[in-house]
Amino acid sequence: MGLRLEFQKRTEDHPKWLPAATSIGAVLLAFVISGFILKSVGADPLYIYSYFWTASFGSWGSISDVVVKATPLLLIGLGSALSFKMRLWNIGGEGQFYMGAFFASMVVLLPMVNLQTTPKIVVLGLMMVMGMVGGALFGFIPGVLRAKYNINEVITTLMLNYIAVYWNNYWIFGKYSDAGFQMTKMFPKVAWLPRLADYAKQYKFFSGITLHAGVIFGLIAAVIVWIILNKSRWGYKITLIGDNPKAARYAGLDITKNIILVFMFSGALAGLAGMAEVSGVVHRLQERISTSYGFSGVIVAWLAKLNPVAVIIVSILFGALIVAGREIQPSGVSFLIQGITLFLVISSDVLLKYTLRIERTGKHSKSIEPEAALTEEAK
Amino acid sequence: MNLNVIVHAGISTGTILLIAAIGEILTERAGIKNLGVEGMMLLGAMAGFKIAHETGNVWLGLLGAIFAGGILSLLHGLVTISFQADQTVSGLSLTFLGTGLALVMGEGLTGLTTPVVPNYTVPILSQIPYLGEVLFTNHNLLTYFGYLLIPISWFFIFKTKPGLHIRAVGEKPAAADTLGVSVYRIRYLYTFIGGCFAGLAGAAISIAISPGWYSHLTTSGQGWIAIALVIFAQWNPTRAALGGYLFGMLRRLLLDLQGPAMLLGGRNPFFYNHNLVFFLQMMPYALTVLALLWGSSGARRKRLGAPAALGEPYVRGERGL
Amino acid sequence: MNPIEPTTETFAVEMKDITLRFPGVLANDRVNFTLRKGEIHALLGENGAGKSTLMNVLMGLYKPNAGSIFVDGKRVSFNSPRDAIAAGIGMVHQHFMLVPNQTVTENILIGLDEPKFVLNLKKYDQKVKDLANQFGIQIDPTSLIWQLSVGEQQRVEILKILYRGAQILIMDEPTAVLAPQEANELIDTLKGMARQGKSIIFISHKLNEVTAVADRLTILRKGQTTAEGITLGGITRESLASLMVGREIIFNLHKQEQAAGNVVLELNKVSALNNKNLLALRDVDLCLREGEILGIAGVAGNGQSELVEVITGLRECTGHILLEGKNIANKSPQASIAAGLAHIPEDRIGVGSAPNLSLTKNVIMKNYDHEPISSDWRINYTAADLRAKELKEQYKIQAPTIETQARKLSGGNLQKLILARELSSKPRLIVAMQPTRGLDVGAIEGVQELLLEERTQGSAILLVSEDLDELLSLSDRIAVMYEGEIVGTLNQKDADINTIGLMMTGSLRGDSSCSPEEQTTPAQASAEEPTSEQEAVTTFTEPRQFDRSKIVPMHRPFMESKREDKQTDDEGGE
Repeated sequence: MGLRLEFQKRTEDHPKWLPAATSIGAVLLAFVISGFILKSVGADPLYIYSYFWTASFGSWGSISDVVVKATPLLLIGLGSALSFKMRLWNIGGEGQFYMGAFFASMVVLLPMVNLQTTPKIVVLGLMMVMGMVGGALFGFIPGVLRAKYNINEVITTLMLNYIAVYWNNYWIFGKYSDAGFQMTKMFPKVAWLPRLADYAKQYKFFSGITLHAGVIFGLIAAVIVWIILNKSRWGYKITLIGDNPKAARYAGLDITKNIILVFMFSGALAGLAGMAEVSGVVHRLQERISTSYGFSGVIVAWLAKLNPVAVIIVSILFGALIVAGREIQPSGVSFLIQGITLFLVISSDVLLKYTLRIERTGKHSKSIEPEAALTEEAK
Repeated sequence: MNLNVIVHAGISTGTILLIAAIGEILTERAGIKNLGVEGMMLLGAMAGFKIAHETGNVWLGLLGAIFAGGILSLLHGLVTISFQADQTVSGLSLTFLGTGLALVMGEGLTGLTTPVVPNYTVPILSQIPYLGEVLFTNHNLLTYFGYLLIPISWFFIFKTKPGLHIRAVGEKPAAADTLGVSVYRIRYLYTFIGGCFAGLAGAAISIAISPGWYSHLTTSGQGWIAIALVIFAQWNPTRAALGGYLFGMLRRLLLDLQGPAMLLGGRNPFFYNHNLVFFLQMMPYALTVLALLWGSSGARRKRLGAPAALGEPYVRGERGL
Repeated sequence: MNPIEPTTETFAVEMKDITLRFPGVLANDRVNFTLRKGEIHALLGENGAGKSTLMNVLMGLYKPNAGSIFVDGKRVSFNSPRDAIAAGIGMVHQHFMLVPNQTVTENILIGLDEPKFVLNLKKYDQKVKDLANQFGIQIDPTSLIWQLSVGEQQRVEILKILYRGAQILIMDEPTAVLAPQEANELIDTLKGMARQGKSIIFISHKLNEVTAVADRLTILRKGQTTAEGITLGGITRESLASLMVGREIIFNLHKQEQAAGNVVLELNKVSALNNKNLLALRDVDLCLREGEILGIAGVAGNGQSELVEVITGLRECTGHILLEGKNIANKSPQASIAAGLAHIPEDRIGVGSAPNLSLTKNVIMKNYDHEPISSDWRINYTAADLRAKELKEQYKIQAPTIETQARKLSGGNLQKLILARELSSKPRLIVAMQPTRGLDVGAIEGVQELLLEERTQGSAILLVSEDLDELLSLSDRIAVMYEGEIVGTLNQKDADINTIGLMMTGSLRGDSSCSPEEQTTPAQASAEEPTSEQEAVTTFTEPRQFDRSKIVPMHRPFMESKREDKQTDDEGGE
């Protein structure tokens, strides 16, 4: 007698709530498993988790920090969701983020416009455009390589991540270094995205709240991506190519063009995130502006099942993880939880395709009857 | 800048890529794409370093690293072979997981020292003019292991029965299945073996070729380069070896370019403007992309490609059975 | 060979009350089957009747939910094909199970205990050669599978089984992919093997073929046995058909005589390469008129796929392809679609549909950018749903809702979905590749009726099929392809299976002018086939027979050129 797990292919559609349930279940289970791992290396998981909570949602200030951290995740997660929908594995969000930051900074550093006389809205607008151009450029390269030469985009986007970081370093250590430090001079206020703290004079409550306008970009982008995927021709094309590229080609779609476009769009969103980070948070170009936003964005998109609205929620969760994780020891905890979560999410996808049946095995079970008969004969 | 030094060092560091790439070739030949090499390497590097440090025994460290990489890869096997999840996403999450585990468990290892895999000079072979000096003198034992691995893995894949089965499972799993070869067992086995090799490659960094634990910088993307190498090598161990060694030499060359004040009879720009070094550091990654580009046109010319069933989950009853 | 003693006989195989359930389907329902030693036993039934499933049970690929299996009188329970092979059973699957980039010998050695570790291919090449000679099979053991023709690949499959010492051979629809003459050769080989003591199960859905080859037959219908081990004496075709289909009719197509109209499609010296960069189409000239069905006959892999792909814009080519006077060669698929082309692809799941998307999204695949489905950048999903509902009604697509994913449809309903999408665009030209393959009888009839209706409405139809009966009953003219060339075009009324068969193997060439009136039949030109044979074929009263001495030895210049390209690069070693 024993128990046997058996997967059976679903013949009907899975219940509508199931994808969301599996995602939530995966996150919870990831915390449990990580807890055991932390325990095994001698840390106190309960203390760490309670610290996580207070560090991220304990005060208005920390909640604002969480949203600030969630903003790049949201933008990169949306870009990833769009490219994953087409089964393009753009994991170059990190590099596209850096290039976006770099290009946006060039508006100030060159400078591209006279920073004394140009109105703030023009400077910021130009920075946004430049940020998106930078990101799109670093999406264009792997896009062309994939579309024209069929080169694995996972590797090219990853390699471009390293290249973008070194490229950035060259400029901040060299030409634009602030007195030898690994950062540029602080940008003038005209290149700062508006923050709530800027209004502390009128509203006392806002003092020290670092939330900046970048989050609005994120929310607008979420709406746009939702419309693209659910209402537009382009979204239909993306879905069709993602589901069956051969059918898409047969239906007359230009796959090469769409691969490049999706890569550029995805890159532009990551680039915008980079712009928001330099203009809204650090106010200069510097080293380590990203705490692996690019990679976390990938997980965010997957955990949200590529649904733009869900991306908003998940990115806030991951923002919290990053805010809390940066002060906690051991330092890899948030990475660990993210890795386990993603693993559990993709594993749980099996439940969408199959139903799980737990079966008692024993002499009453029909399915193994022939075996039983055989062993009896053998005796 | 000494050519002998560059070749010698290149062969040494190329061994890391070689081991990881051959492991991945075995996995991919069986039809499983495991993009988690970076994570498995990092975990292997950490496990090797930690065990060697705590036990004082470098061989236990190597074993531990092999085991760590292998165990991690089994997760990929479970998710992609049994649950038929997307192999790309699973590989990515393996990278995150491996990195996370390595960082959490490797907390506090930075700056510590361990025993390392010893160097060795081969008695007679090292006397061969030139070749003896760069190939057989004062190399790490793992480098010699790498030499042996090349012909052995080639022979194994192309000239033995298990190799025949790997190729059958990677090309047309249904054919293997109908002849009683268990597709699942073979895929699990070579996913595991690929993981073991990745773990060993990680340990080859941390307790042999450039000893030390530098958190995620220990591997700094070499796992990804190894995967690129597999594609570049068109799933052939001998080409992977060649590519790995060349890449190793290139890295050393780039490092050596920074040293001298004079270069090719002129002022060395890297010496006078140290920030240009960032461009040198960029080169391995840029060259990986270029190598893939070059390799892809070569592959098209020769009509060679990946194993036909690479990345496809196998389910009996689908795809023509 | 054992004398037949009905009561105490030990059967080579006996399957009792086999039941196998797949989620939602009862694939085998208390099926009984017996195989005598040294006999050829036909297992007859339509597509989807459960024949292949039953045999996969016997091969250990599926475990039955109930029932018992005896081999040589001993109860067996196979957990994997390995067990079945060990018990002396081997199966040639309908879709060949061969590894394309391995040699013949390598394919044969997969899964064997011997060689133990090192492959000594030279030694085993000789063993394979000897075995092939013993059964009169022609093959070069060192060729790579992808270089072989379909017929040769089938020989490799048979050798694979014989090499394992199998006494029991299962042949799953073995003639479906062969030219008639090749099929006859195969049947001779099988009869020879039966004489040498092998027991053979011959799966088929073709009545005429079964009567030619089998000693006894078992018929399955919808997973149940409707006739068990009957001998052929005194049984009419009609009663067999009704046992198989469950009703009296077989095919009752209403094809009216009608004159062809203006030229719709014209191909002029079209050549193209295949995926391996070998010449797959050679100077093809074709023309096709309004209200006409042009059938393309040929053994699979003789350029039919490439022909369809160049016309539909999916493959590059040289030469001219004129659709209604517009050159569509080397334009995009979009251009062909815009010029009035509908394409019913061979691979319904892999090419013709997006399996995980809804019916609606599959239906709008080709008009998602037209009114009323779409305006500017938007898609009006309300209009799209409406359209999907209409087509679902009109073409009687059986699916729960229009939200249902395409992959959940049965083969017949999926094909209806594709036809609905393609035909509703009022096409000028319909290119249909194997439109009825793998469908059950009811669905086949439906598809054929739809095509004939389009013909009546004035569409030009290019029908590629490996089923000669289908081609003969639907086409107005039949063009035969061999090694990338059109070797002849016949008018339907002059065409017979024998002539087409000879052309399919490259043994006979005919005329291939465009207009129907000028057609001469090569059969008449060579005038050597006895007329009684032609009648035999068309009236189905007797099994097909061919005088093999008349078949000119095959010349395979094309294959030769492939061999030159033989690549051993995979072996590595720089």
